[in-house]
Amino acid sequence: MSNDSSFLYASGPKIYPRTVQGIYAYWRWLGVFVTQLIFYGLPWLEWGQRQAVLFDLGARRFYIFGLVLYPQDFIYLTGLLVVSALSLFLFTAVAGRLWCGYACPQTVYSELFMYIERKIEGDRTARMRLDDSEWTLEKGVKKVYKHIVWLGLAIWTGFTFVGYFTPIHELGMEFFQTRMGSWEVFWVFFYGFATYGNAGFMREQVCKYMCPYARFQSAMFDHDTLIVTYDTKRGEPRGHRPHSVALADTSLGACVDCNLCVQVCPTGIDIRDGLQYECIGCGACADVCNGVMDKMGYSQGLVRYTTQNAINHGWSTTVMLKRFFRPRVVVYTVILWTLIIVLGFSLVLRTPLKVDVVKDRSMPRISQTGEIENVYRLQIMNATEETQELHIKVRGLDGVKIETEDHFEVGPAMSRWVAVRVGVPFGSLNEGSHQIWFDIENEDANMHVTEASVFLVPR
Amino acid sequence: MSDFNSSFWSNYVAIVSLVGILACLVLLWVTARKKSVGNADNTTGHVWDEDLREMNNPLPLWWVGLFVITIIFGLSYLFLYPGLGSYAGSKGWSSKAEYDLEVSEANAAVAPLYARFDAMSVEEVANDPQAHAIGERLFMNNCAQCHGSDGQGSKGYPNLTDGDWLHGGSPDKIKETITLGRVGNMPPMALAVGTPDDVRNVAHYVLSLSGSPHDSLKAGFGKPKFGACAACHGIDGKGNQTVGAPNLTDKIWLHGWGEQAIVAMVNHGKQNVMPAQKDRLSASQIHVLTSYVWSFSNHSDK
Repeated sequence: MSNDSSFLYASGPKIYPRTVQGIYAYWRWLGVFVTQLIFYGLPWLEWGQRQAVLFDLGARRFYIFGLVLYPQDFIYLTGLLVVSALSLFLFTAVAGRLWCGYACPQTVYSELFMYIERKIEGDRTARMRLDDSEWTLEKGVKKVYKHIVWLGLAIWTGFTFVGYFTPIHELGMEFFQTRMGSWEVFWVFFYGFATYGNAGFMREQVCKYMCPYARFQSAMFDHDTLIVTYDTKRGEPRGHRPHSVALADTSLGACVDCNLCVQVCPTGIDIRDGLQYECIGCGACADVCNGVMDKMGYSQGLVRYTTQNAINHGWSTTVMLKRFFRPRVVVYTVILWTLIIVLGFSLVLRTPLKVDVVKDRSMPRISQTGEIENVYRLQIMNATEETQELHIKVRGLDGVKIETEDHFEVGPAMSRWVAVRVGVPFGSLNEGSHQIWFDIENEDANMHVTEASVFLVPR
Repeated sequence: MSDFNSSFWSNYVAIVSLVGILACLVLLWVTARKKSVGNADNTTGHVWDEDLREMNNPLPLWWVGLFVITIIFGLSYLFLYPGLGSYAGSKGWSSKAEYDLEVSEANAAVAPLYARFDAMSVEEVANDPQAHAIGERLFMNNCAQCHGSDGQGSKGYPNLTDGDWLHGGSPDKIKETITLGRVGNMPPMALAVGTPDDVRNVAHYVLSLSGSPHDSLKAGFGKPKFGACAACHGIDGKGNQTVGAPNLTDKIWLHGWGEQAIVAMVNHGKQNVMPAQKDRLSASQIHVLTSYVWSFSNHSDK
């Protein structure tokens, strides 16, 4: 070959995935519908007088149906992320890149954008021909039409995203009256632009060059992980053959070398070269190959979900699936369910009332009636959407009592600082620090919080 | 950058930044081309660990674009915003200006709320539950650090709930105190009073004014010496709110009670400061806060 210098960067070939029908395509579309029904639909649901799911960043209140979460509830988000990560581990260990193939937004939006593209420009060959052709009026109209529909979907996506943070009904009004706030405009268009760019243009490049999960998921594979695999033993030697010739009468394998598996691949690889990091496990090649096998009158599954061990040892499906119960999978499952149950219980059983006790830094006082007094501030956070009438009691020392108002009202989803003065008869305590407890209870006595603090007696 | 006398460090930082960015561009350019070894199997010819070979898979071209975009972004940022040594940026942005802008926006946002209270008297505001809630928050954030969360103060910090006022407890006076602050000044009076014995006698006289335990003989000796104190505290010791001189005839002892505390006060004097809030709070906020403080000692059950 040549010895001159070469540029280390190159534009990859544009990929024109052929449309595909089959069981995996069906599951992917189901994934698209379910995730997008939730994403586009959720912000429009109402819950009482407000939006059912709303993350009010300005007021730092996060509403999820009946729940009102404060920034202090961040632990639940952490829990959710841990659950998500473990689910990724589990699903990947069992069946490879299921997330990538069926639920990842990159796949889902690419699928939607490719659907629009297909409806306007036609399938693979038509699109290739259109791109190769000279600029004509028809080509221009098709391209402009496609981009308008793409942009519409992209902006709707951005709008929906912002609708999780700003009440979406008002946002809709503002949008049409072009009086959205500058941050809202920025995020609608930024998110929309990212959707348009990633789903319309970047597509498989995101998976191949940008996505970290794509790279580390292969580290969770083992030889019992279900992966989309070409059965080399059965398929080779590949080759064209007349339709009339029975498989047994040729020296060829089952692969008719129609190249359809390459044409449908959204990342443009040839599955017959074995497992590759580009493979997002979408099963498009398996779908299309099954169709070809049917036409040829061969049995399905030349390209199928199987494991490396099953291929190497020629295991039956039952033997293969038994390996599902291997330590790695069992451990992931146990940890995952433990976490989900713990998280669920802690959410269900949580008291929607939070109290922080902060002792005033000033020195304790001696009152004219002969008591030692300490002042405390109680920050009371009401995580319900009703006004709460609260009673505060103090205990832990002989004769300890609250000398100020002990009955407070905290508005719905509001927090309030209240000051209370706690007194102990002079001389009843040694100098130093003493443990006390505040009990806070609402009128109906169904919420109860106990917070510890200290009572100081000066020297 | 005002921490430095010369512009050397500013220039140094600016030059290092710019050279660094340009060096990135040069590096990108230089490394983008490589002499191809010319292997037919599309590998780079590198072999590690006996059989690990490196495939020659070129990075996509847009990747170079991303590098270039970061360089353009970096240079534009340094042009528009502060970052290049002491250069302030063409937009003149500063965190302080942004803060001031946000404060003024927030003030404008709550202005309609306060407008309602501005039209009301302090006494009327005190009866408004919403104003009370705002006043409570303002007090907790701005006053409670010294005066206590319950407003009862502690040694050196006046109790705001007892109806005893150094500078007057009318709404106007409270507002004046919050707005402009106060300086309470008790000068050292030992020389004016006389000998240390005289000072001790005056202390007992002062204790006698409030009916506190005292030595009546010493108090009798101290009475004529009280003349030096009367200029501010009055002949009868009832104080004078125009100069902030406390009433000595009640049982409120801001800086400590007893012979020792009074002797120390006469000998050394005391200066006590209430800081002005006019630059920290708006006039409307002070109005609401005044009514909250006023209501401590003027309970009108709603």
